[in-house]
Amino acid sequence: MTLLTVDDLHKSFGGVMAARDVTFTVASGEMLAVIGPNGAGKSTVFNMVGGQLTPDRGKVLLDGQDITRASPQKRFRRGVGRTFQVAQTFLSMSAAENVQMALISCNRQSNGLWAPARDRHRDKAVELLSRVGMEEAADTPCSALAYGDVKRVELAIALAGQPKLLLMDEPTAGMAPRERATLMDLTASIAESQGIGVLFTEHDMDVVFGHAARVLVLLRGQIIASGTPDEVRRDEQVKRAYLGDEHALERPKGMTPA
Amino acid sequence: MDPAFLAVQALSGLSSASSLFITACGLTIVFGVTRIVNFAHGSLYMIGAYTAATLVPQLLELSFGPVTFWAGILASAIIVGLIGVIIEVLLLRRIYGAPELFQLLATFGIVLVVQDLVVQVFGPQDILGPRAPGLRAPVEILGRRFPSYELVLIAAGPIVLGLVWLLLRKTRFGVLVRAATQDRDMVASLGVNQALLFTGTLFLGAFLAGLGGALQIPRVSANTGMDLSIIAEAFVVTVVGGMGSVPGAFLAALVIGQLQAFGILIFPKSTLVVVFLLMAVVLAIRPHGFFGRAEIIGGSHAVGIASRSPLPGRGFILLVVIGILAAFPLAADAYLLKVATEILIFALFAFSLQLLIGVGGVVSFGHAAFFGLGAYGAALGVKWYGVSMEAALPLGLALAALGAGLVGAFVVRLSGIYLAMMTLAAAQILYAVAFQWVEVTGGDNGIVGVWPSSWASGPIPYYLLTAALTVVTVLLLKRIIEAPFGYALRAARDSEARAEAIGLKVRQHRWLAFMIAGAAAGLAGGLYAFSRGSVDPSLLGISTSVDALTMLLLGGIQTVMGPLVGAAALHGLRDWIMPLTSLWRLLLGLSIIAMVLIFPRGLVGTVRDWWGARA
Repeated sequence: MTLLTVDDLHKSFGGVMAARDVTFTVASGEMLAVIGPNGAGKSTVFNMVGGQLTPDRGKVLLDGQDITRASPQKRFRRGVGRTFQVAQTFLSMSAAENVQMALISCNRQSNGLWAPARDRHRDKAVELLSRVGMEEAADTPCSALAYGDVKRVELAIALAGQPKLLLMDEPTAGMAPRERATLMDLTASIAESQGIGVLFTEHDMDVVFGHAARVLVLLRGQIIASGTPDEVRRDEQVKRAYLGDEHALERPKGMTPA
Repeated sequence: MDPAFLAVQALSGLSSASSLFITACGLTIVFGVTRIVNFAHGSLYMIGAYTAATLVPQLLELSFGPVTFWAGILASAIIVGLIGVIIEVLLLRRIYGAPELFQLLATFGIVLVVQDLVVQVFGPQDILGPRAPGLRAPVEILGRRFPSYELVLIAAGPIVLGLVWLLLRKTRFGVLVRAATQDRDMVASLGVNQALLFTGTLFLGAFLAGLGGALQIPRVSANTGMDLSIIAEAFVVTVVGGMGSVPGAFLAALVIGQLQAFGILIFPKSTLVVVFLLMAVVLAIRPHGFFGRAEIIGGSHAVGIASRSPLPGRGFILLVVIGILAAFPLAADAYLLKVATEILIFALFAFSLQLLIGVGGVVSFGHAAFFGLGAYGAALGVKWYGVSMEAALPLGLALAALGAGLVGAFVVRLSGIYLAMMTLAAAQILYAVAFQWVEVTGGDNGIVGVWPSSWASGPIPYYLLTAALTVVTVLLLKRIIEAPFGYALRAARDSEARAEAIGLKVRQHRWLAFMIAGAAAGLAGGLYAFSRGSVDPSLLGISTSVDALTMLLLGGIQTVMGPLVGAAALHGLRDWIMPLTSLWRLLLGLSIIAMVLIFPRGLVGTVRDWWGARA
């Protein structure tokens, strides 16, 4: 069933049309990748879905409800979780406390002035960490974790809000190739088992063609192609957009599509 | 209204705008390149005035004439420029990467050092400089006499603007300055000699400050209060204009000059209030001033409290501390008790600031506002409504919380340096009100006769009352820091984007934090008023705010209990050393600088690290 509907989004910065006529949907449990060369408008579209930008025109619907002008906070309450291109965690807290913080917010307890935060939702937080394979590091400060691990903690934070839709902005940027596949396999299995729709942008074509069910190609703010990875790879317009970087669209070697 | 009067008023507004622009222009250029808000800029201005007032008369004795006069002004400015170079090489160069709070405090250390040095070098008395040869006779404007020197000043502003514009547009140095203002890291990676660029920028900035000061000598005598009064105005000009923007500073100086000239007609006593209100309004509408840009603040700039597991046996430690505090009157005389009472009050004050800075990452540079509001709230209650101490203390607390709510509503949408400047402005507005609203606040003399109720008067009972209230409030605040609310503040400090993405209402949390911290500071202020029996405007002044910050820094910003230790150390040292030397400010300034450079983690933090490394 349709989870996210993005209808006819427009956004311009001064004279630059960063997005126009952008329309697509994401279904529950589906992984949709948004790709395109630098400056194609991926981040603009992404931030309009995430609430960091307001579109000039068009609508964003989550489960049929209009969230076009909702703040990031409100979107979180409606079931949008997100990760950032540069992982954003609370570095002064342990991995468990990071997830606990999200659970506290989810339960609307962040104005609590009395009972210590340390003791709240601890078990649930460790359980979420174990889902991303980080339960061993529950009491390690986030500032002491390797970057790949921080990314996994961030995923656990995003899952703490029991999202229906997960937004991942370049989820594997800055990670080693082996870690990338592991993280995306993990994301895919969680998304499938819990029926979470995942919208992600990515530069790594191995990740895109290995994990996305559908791919959306943006160029100069417009969608020029969409479809299964194979359809997109064969599309003439897409090939032209990536001219000079054609091998980027080749089938990944030694990997089977998930 | 008489048009001649209006014309003269507008002209004098233009001439003060010129002076202000010349000084503020240097501040904004230095900020643009180095990202340091240089508190010592006002000190450089003061040195310029003192140097010129001493140097120019001697030169005029050798050869009297306009050329000598202007050469003397220029020479003074160059001397100040060289002092700026010394400051850059010795200090600023070492703190470019430090968090803003440390930079502000270190440059404030220079302010303190310069204040004592100026008295040592030039003597304690004000020095009136000579009038400019050839510009002694006033000119007639619409039938009114107007000093001709002021006309020269009016021209000086645009001339300096033009020269700076040429320098920035037409020279290689200027291109680098503009490039660094836009993207410092990019300039560094292009292989530009950064050390030379920064030193040159400091020379230019200090030269302009010195020029601004030197140009004042025919109008006002060089005095020791010049530094802080000009820096407050220069801050407003740079912030309103947008930090780093020279045209912005020019425009802001023009607006503020006219506002001062005509504000006198509307609020005869409160030009300062008008000026700071302008800043409040501009920042409320444009959070980065006229031409400023959003600052990109890296995560490394957030220093503060991190999670650590609770100390084993902390209940026992708490009991021991309470026991020692309770038993202290048995061992101490009246004088020691008074000192201990004040230390406790300042510990509470510093601890309330820790909630904002160490926990929330909200660098408030005007925390004295709430301390002062608490003190004045209590004192006004006693003086005008004749209430007892039991009612006056909550009154002060409530007034401080209310003030913090109001200030907080303005500042929580700002960040970084703009927030620090806005809180400073808020404190300065209150200072001006307390200073200038003589009928109610008693002006400079303040309010006397604020004594505790009979059951609490005398050193021992008042000490015990203070100790009890301080301990209870600190424990409450500590509880809040450990509670979800404190964690939410830390979350917003660590990563605002992440905090929003998990649904935290960052501004709302920060606003509440302001009110809680303000209320606690207000309680401290009320206690202080009753301990001394009087209040005066200095409680709201910059130096009270800096005292609190120094205590935080001394104790350690990364520790919960640091501010308490810092308060004891600073107040104890002050009490011990101040009677022994006339150079207390010099010592304090040097210690602040040394702490920033050597012990950025503070006393408690350093001890804890040492303990951790040993274990």
